[in-house]
Amino acid sequence: MATESTYNYKVVRQFAIMTVVWGVVGMLVGVIIAAQLIWPDLTYGIPWLSYGRLRPLHTNAVIFAFGGCALFASSYYVVQRTSHARLFSDGLAAFTFWGWQAVIVLAAVTLPLGITTAKEYAELEWPIDILIALVWVAYAIVFFGTLAKRKVEHIYVANWFFGAFILTIAVLHIVNSAEVPVTFWKSYSAYAGAQDAMVQWWYGHNAVGFFLTAGFLGMMYYFVPKQAGRPVYSYRLSVVHFWALIFTYMWAGPHHLHYTALPDWAQSLGMIFSLILLAPSWGGMINGIMTLSGAWHKLRTDPILKFLIVSLSFYGMSTFEGPMMSIKTVNALSHYTDWTIGHVHSGALGWVGLVTMGSMYYLIPRLFGRTEMYSTRLINVHFWVSTIGIVLYIAAMWIAGVMQGLMWRAVGDDGTLTYSFVESVKATYPFYAIRLLGGLLYLSGMLIMFYNMVKTIAGNRAVDAAIPAPAAAAHA
Amino acid sequence: MNEFTSSFWSYYIGVITLVSIIGCAVFLKAQSVRRIETKEGGTATTGHVWDETLTEYHHPLPRWWSWLFYLTVAFALLYLVLYPGLGSWKGVLGWTQVGQLKAEDERMEAKVGPMYEKFAAQPIPELAKNAAAMATAQRLFLNHCAQCHASDGGGSRGFPNLTDNDWLWGGTPEAIQTTITNGRMGVMPPWGPVLGEQGVKDVAHYVMSLSGMPADSIRVARGKPLFATNCVACHGPEGKGNPALGAPNLTDKTWLYGAGEPVIIETITKGRNNQMPAHKNILSPQKIHLLAAYVYSLSHNK
Repeated sequence: MATESTYNYKVVRQFAIMTVVWGVVGMLVGVIIAAQLIWPDLTYGIPWLSYGRLRPLHTNAVIFAFGGCALFASSYYVVQRTSHARLFSDGLAAFTFWGWQAVIVLAAVTLPLGITTAKEYAELEWPIDILIALVWVAYAIVFFGTLAKRKVEHIYVANWFFGAFILTIAVLHIVNSAEVPVTFWKSYSAYAGAQDAMVQWWYGHNAVGFFLTAGFLGMMYYFVPKQAGRPVYSYRLSVVHFWALIFTYMWAGPHHLHYTALPDWAQSLGMIFSLILLAPSWGGMINGIMTLSGAWHKLRTDPILKFLIVSLSFYGMSTFEGPMMSIKTVNALSHYTDWTIGHVHSGALGWVGLVTMGSMYYLIPRLFGRTEMYSTRLINVHFWVSTIGIVLYIAAMWIAGVMQGLMWRAVGDDGTLTYSFVESVKATYPFYAIRLLGGLLYLSGMLIMFYNMVKTIAGNRAVDAAIPAPAAAAHA
Repeated sequence: MNEFTSSFWSYYIGVITLVSIIGCAVFLKAQSVRRIETKEGGTATTGHVWDETLTEYHHPLPRWWSWLFYLTVAFALLYLVLYPGLGSWKGVLGWTQVGQLKAEDERMEAKVGPMYEKFAAQPIPELAKNAAAMATAQRLFLNHCAQCHASDGGGSRGFPNLTDNDWLWGGTPEAIQTTITNGRMGVMPPWGPVLGEQGVKDVAHYVMSLSGMPADSIRVARGKPLFATNCVACHGPEGKGNPALGAPNLTDKTWLYGAGEPVIIETITKGRNNQMPAHKNILSPQKIHLLAAYVYSLSHNK
C-alpha cells in the first residue's frame, strides 16, 4: 500500500490548526467573563451572554476544544512517530476530528442557550455526551490500534501517558455522565445528593489528573527531549512516577468536598492521597527539566525550549500548591475563594497552555515541510507576553483569594462577622482588574501565535513524512 | 453516626486504603535501582531508540525525591491513626467536622452569650437607642438580611423597605420579632380568570385612584363595585390593607412591586407570592431580639 509508507499527518494538521483557533476563542471568552466581573452590565443583560452561561463555555472551550485538539494532534503525531507506523485507521481518525469539532460547536450553541446538566466540566447534555463517547471509543481504537502495529519492541513513555489518559477519560466520562433523559435537551444525574457530588468530583479531579496532566505529560515526554536533543533523564523515574501518578490521582477527588455532607472518612482519604500525589507529580517535572541537563545553554536562544521548561516549572508549582490546598485547615481558608481560580490558572495557563504552545511550535512547521516557524522572534515575544500575563493573573488571584478567605472568617469580639460578603467583593475589584490585564496579555500571545501559524502555513504544501526504519536496539 | 450499611464496607475501605498506601512505598522501594554505567564511566541509556533520536538515560531515582515520597506515605499512615479515614475507625483524636463546629460554637457562645443575654433583657425600643448594641446588630443585619433588604434596609422591588413607616405585617416591636422568627408568606391570589381582562383593568384604575394616581374616571366607576365584591376581604373597604394578612395599604405611595398601570394589572391578573424565610433555626432568640431592635431603629432613630 502506498499510504503505508508515510505517516498520516492530515489529521494531525487539522487538530493542530484547530488547537490554535480554539485557543483564541476560548481565551477570548475568558477575557470577556473576567471583564464582566468588573463591569457586570458589560453585555447589556443579554441572557445568552450572561456570566453564568459564558463561564462554562470558557472552561469547555479551553479544556476540551483547545486542550482536546492539542492532545489529539500530539498523540496522533507521537504514537505514529514512536511506533514507526501509520495510524491504525485513517477513516476513524477523520471521524474523531469531525466528531470532536461537532461536539465543540454543539457546546458553543447549547451552553449560551442555557442548556446544561449543571455538572462542572461535564455541562453538556446527554445527546452530546453520547457523541463524545463515540468519538472517544474511535480515538481509543485508532491510538491503541497504532500501538499494536508498532515496529519497535518497547512502547515509548509518552504513549503510556497518552494511553492512560484515553482509557481513564472514557471511564470517567461514561460513569459521571450517567443520566436520565427527560427531554431531548434535559436530563437528570443518575446519582443523588452526596453521592452525586462525590461522583462529580471523582470525575472533576481526574479530568484535571488525566486530561490536563497525564495527556500533557505525554506531550512533554516527546517534545522536550526532541527539542532539547537530549535523552530522557531517567527511565526508572518515568516508570515510578507514571504508575504512582495514575494510581493516586484516582483517590484525590474528595478534597473538593472538604467540610461538606461528604463523610469525614472520605474527606480524609481525599486529603492524604492528594499529599501522596506530590512526589509522583514532581517526578514528571524532574524528568522533564533534568532532560535539559548538559544543554542548559539552549534555553538562552531557543524560545520553544523556554515554553517547555517554564511550563514544567509551573507544573511543579501548581502540583505543590494543590496538595497544600487539599489539607483541611488550608482548604478552610482557600475554598470558595479566588485562590482556587489562581491555582487552576497556574496549572492551565502555566502548564497546559505553555507546554501546548511549545509543542505546537515544534509540530506545526514539520507538518508543512519546514523545520521552523515563520518567525522565531515572534515565538519569543509570545513567550514573554504570556509569561508576564500568567504572573499577573495568578499573583492577583492569590492575593484576592487569601484576602477573601481572611475577610470571610474575620470575627469581632461580639461574635459577629466583621465583613459582609459584598465588602469582600468590593475589595476584590483591583485584583479583578489586574487579572483582566493578565488575561488580555495571554490572549494577545495567542493571537501572535495565530498570526505566526498563518504565515508558516502560507505558501507551503502540506506534507506527509515518510516512515523511517526503526533504529536497531543497541543495549549497553 | 455510621454511614455504613454493614461492617463489610468498613473493612473493605480500610483494607484497600492501607494496601494502597503501603503498596506505594513497596513499589518505590522495589524500583530504587542504582545507576548503570557504561564502560567509559558515563550514564548508560536503556538502549532503546524511537523516532531516530529519542533515547532514555538509566539514572536512578533522585534520592531526595524518594524521601519526599516516603515522607508523604508516612504522613498518610500517621494521619489515619489520628483521624477518621479507615472505614468506621474514628481515629485516636476522635475528631469529626460536626464536633469541631460544635466546639467552636460553644467556645464563641461562652464568650459572647452573656452580652446577648443582656441585650435580650432590654425592651426593643430601648435597645434600639443603644449605640453599641446597634453596631453589633448592624453586622448581623449585613450578613443575614441585607441580601434582600439591601445594606441600608431600603429594600428593592419585591423586598420591603424597612426604613419607612409602612408595614405589611405590622411595625410594633413584637410584630417585627415574630416576622424574623417565623417568617411570612404573602399571597395575593390571581384575579385574571375571575375578572377578565376589562374587569382587571377597571379594578386597576380604581386602585390607582385610591392613592391619587391619574386614572380613567369611567374605569374607576366600573372598578369600584368589583373592588367591593372581590378585594375588600383582604384590603378592607377603604383599601387601607390588613396587617394580620399582610395585605398592603393601597391608598399610600408605597408600592412593593412598583407603581403604575402595567404593574398593577400584572399583580391583579397573576397574583403575587412572596416569602420572608423564618430565622428561628438560623439565629438564637437573643440575636433575633437584637435584630428586631435594629429593624425598629431604622424607622424610629431619625
